[in-house]
Amino acid sequence: MLELIHFNILSVLLFSVGLYGVLARKSAILIIMAIELMLNAVNINFIAAAAFNHGNGLFTNFDGHILTIFIITIAAAEVGLALALILRIFRNKATVNVDSFDIMKL
Amino acid sequence: MHLILFSIISTVLLVCAVGVVISRNIVHSALFLLFALISVAGIYLVLLTEFLAIVQLLIYGGAIVIVILFALMLTRNEEYPRIQNNKLWPIAGVLAVLVCITMSVSYFQSGAIQNVPNTIAPAGVKSLGSSLFTTWAIPFELASLVLLVALIGAIVIARSDKDGN
Repeated sequence: MLELIHFNILSVLLFSVGLYGVLARKSAILIIMAIELMLNAVNINFIAAAAFNHGNGLFTNFDGHILTIFIITIAAAEVGLALALILRIFRNKATVNVDSFDIMKL
Repeated sequence: MHLILFSIISTVLLVCAVGVVISRNIVHSALFLLFALISVAGIYLVLLTEFLAIVQLLIYGGAIVIVILFALMLTRNEEYPRIQNNKLWPIAGVLAVLVCITMSVSYFQSGAIQNVPNTIAPAGVKSLGSSLFTTWAIPFELASLVLLVALIGAIVIARSDKDGN
């Protein structure tokens, strides 16, 4: 029988994989992809909690789904802005390696 | 039946997610990301949330992966096919495993998720829409403002200056 804990564990595993990607990769675009994985882990958690807790507890029926819609919106805006910033930096420095983005270092 | 479907989809999802973070070729990473996002839409279908599955396919599978592939195309250089990891990647792995263990243990020990019903409530488009336009109407309008600002900001940032700077 499918239970809430299965979805929670899947979400934890996906979040950890994304966290490893954010910390270990050097390319800024790969870091954005790993951030997308982490956001999807959070979305799975929200939808699972909303689908199993129908109407009892703190949340009403569809709050988890609505929050997921907002997270998808923010993720789309974030990817657009982040890739514009990466293009700008690539034009100035000819690389997307985050180790070379150190112009704010004293 | 649901459990078998869930197991297959989540296995595909986790394999593709690991492929995103360990693949040396950045285009392979993008394709693994596409398959992982499609599998997440499958997870939403298992949770009887068909509207969000369609939204996931359209926005993540359609828009975001395409934007990422455009960025890959525009930022090609000689270090492109073999991206190296950070020097401290073992520490990142240890940290990710620690986060995974901590959160799993806390989920298994928390009482809040043990007395939920075992049935999945379907989320129809009609009830989802009425909730979105009554309870969440103001955040919904603010989300449109956020998208507008992000659009203008992306254009202003990525545009090249006239004096060649």
